[in-house]
Amino acid sequence: MSDTLADNKTTTPGPNAAPSDGLAVLESHRSAAETHGIPLAVLLEITHRCPLQCPYCSNPVELDRGSTELSTDEWKKVLSELAELGVLQIHFSGGEPTARKDIVELVQHATDVGLYSNLITSAVLLTKDKLSALADAGLSHVQISFQGNEPSVADRVAGLKDAHKKKLEVAKWTRELDMPLTVNAVMHRQNLHQLPDIIQMAVDLDADRLEVANVQYYGWALKNRAALMPTIEQIEETSRIVEEAQVRLKGTLAIDYVVPDYYALRPKKCMGGWGRQFFNISPAGKVLPCHAAESITGLEFESVRSNHSIAWIWQNSEAFNRYRGTGWMPEPCKSCEFREVDYGGCRCQAFALTGDAGNTDPACALSPRHEEIFKQAERESAGTQNRFLYRNFAGGTLETDEHQDNPNGA
Amino acid sequence: MASRNISVSETSRPKLPRHTKLKFDETRQVWVILAPERVLAPDEIAVEVLQLCDGVRSVAEMVDQLAEKYAAPREAIATDVVAMLQDLADKGFLTEARESTA
Repeated sequence: MSDTLADNKTTTPGPNAAPSDGLAVLESHRSAAETHGIPLAVLLEITHRCPLQCPYCSNPVELDRGSTELSTDEWKKVLSELAELGVLQIHFSGGEPTARKDIVELVQHATDVGLYSNLITSAVLLTKDKLSALADAGLSHVQISFQGNEPSVADRVAGLKDAHKKKLEVAKWTRELDMPLTVNAVMHRQNLHQLPDIIQMAVDLDADRLEVANVQYYGWALKNRAALMPTIEQIEETSRIVEEAQVRLKGTLAIDYVVPDYYALRPKKCMGGWGRQFFNISPAGKVLPCHAAESITGLEFESVRSNHSIAWIWQNSEAFNRYRGTGWMPEPCKSCEFREVDYGGCRCQAFALTGDAGNTDPACALSPRHEEIFKQAERESAGTQNRFLYRNFAGGTLETDEHQDNPNGA
Repeated sequence: MASRNISVSETSRPKLPRHTKLKFDETRQVWVILAPERVLAPDEIAVEVLQLCDGVRSVAEMVDQLAEKYAAPREAIATDVVAMLQDLADKGFLTEARESTA
């Protein structure tokens, strides 16, 4: 899945609302609880198991094993509780959510309790019958990740033979079943040259939406930063291509664009601010402020298996309150006029790059570490290290030389 | 596969596609439209019009009904309703009922 979900798409207005449509975008603050109302949408990472091995996987480096996953009944109880709290949408994600044998049963339960279901999938485990059963169970939207626009790059990044071909097939079935399709393309130095073709691929697949998501560098992606970091020239070219396509394809394909924050001056408003409008639940049932939060050591996260309700965990647990609002901030955030614009950026990135999640995100030009980290990333982007460390339960496996014959790097 | 680009006229019989859901959100006490990764809050008029979009009623019938209810000039209502429905259709929140299911 992509990190763009982190920006809480659900509350982001689409292209400017036309005057007579009678629509407003519902913001989280309109919910019952005044200060930090229950999110409109919740991400459920129902498993970390996945047949793909993408080197930028957004799952934590320490993956939850199958044996620790919540049972079918436990997930159903979670879904019922979320619906009762006022959550409106569920994103079934992973790992690969269809690696769970009970995925149809879980989607059906979500529908039964009134939740709107999105599936965020690699697609490679789906059959037409399974997808059809998911549609019958009430699934309303399918998002498929693509690693490139053709097999030589895409299958190499995914670390799985014939993955690309399968994805194309499932995308077609999705539209045949009349479900809206989002193509999610995670971009980095070794596939950015394919962007124009990826945009055309999304059009040809009759997708409604394309997410062009530059890799965000923590967890697995940070381990692979030297092989993935784009050059600043690539990013400038990418922005130009995306802006041109957004205009050209208006009304045909909506394109969302996530820039890599290493090349920005201001940090991203990660998760819309810690504990403000987003939480996710890990395979083992931990309620987390962000899907990378477990990378921050020293924070204790409560589980749905505890004696606490999800509402209690969201409102009262120490982990959610630690970086909520602006009270925790050090300088330069504390007195910064943008403190409620970006909420200090990303806690996971601050932890990964400075060793303290309470520091200013080094993506911010005001961070004392910004210059040093940006220069290092720039050097890496110009380097020739194209070899991937693939994600897996064994702590990662280095790509063999054989696969590296055709690096499409800078 | 249903077309996403429909042109709304008085003879159209629009309805919400399966993946667009209009519901009352009990927690926040507002009507919402649920769409892929989006939640929107339609205003009162949009809610009233959307509730009439059942794929059976024609836009002309909807306009008649609203003109009578609000004792307003039919022509003015027709212009507003068609414009609103066209905007909703352009955003992918409406589809057209298929011709004859017999």
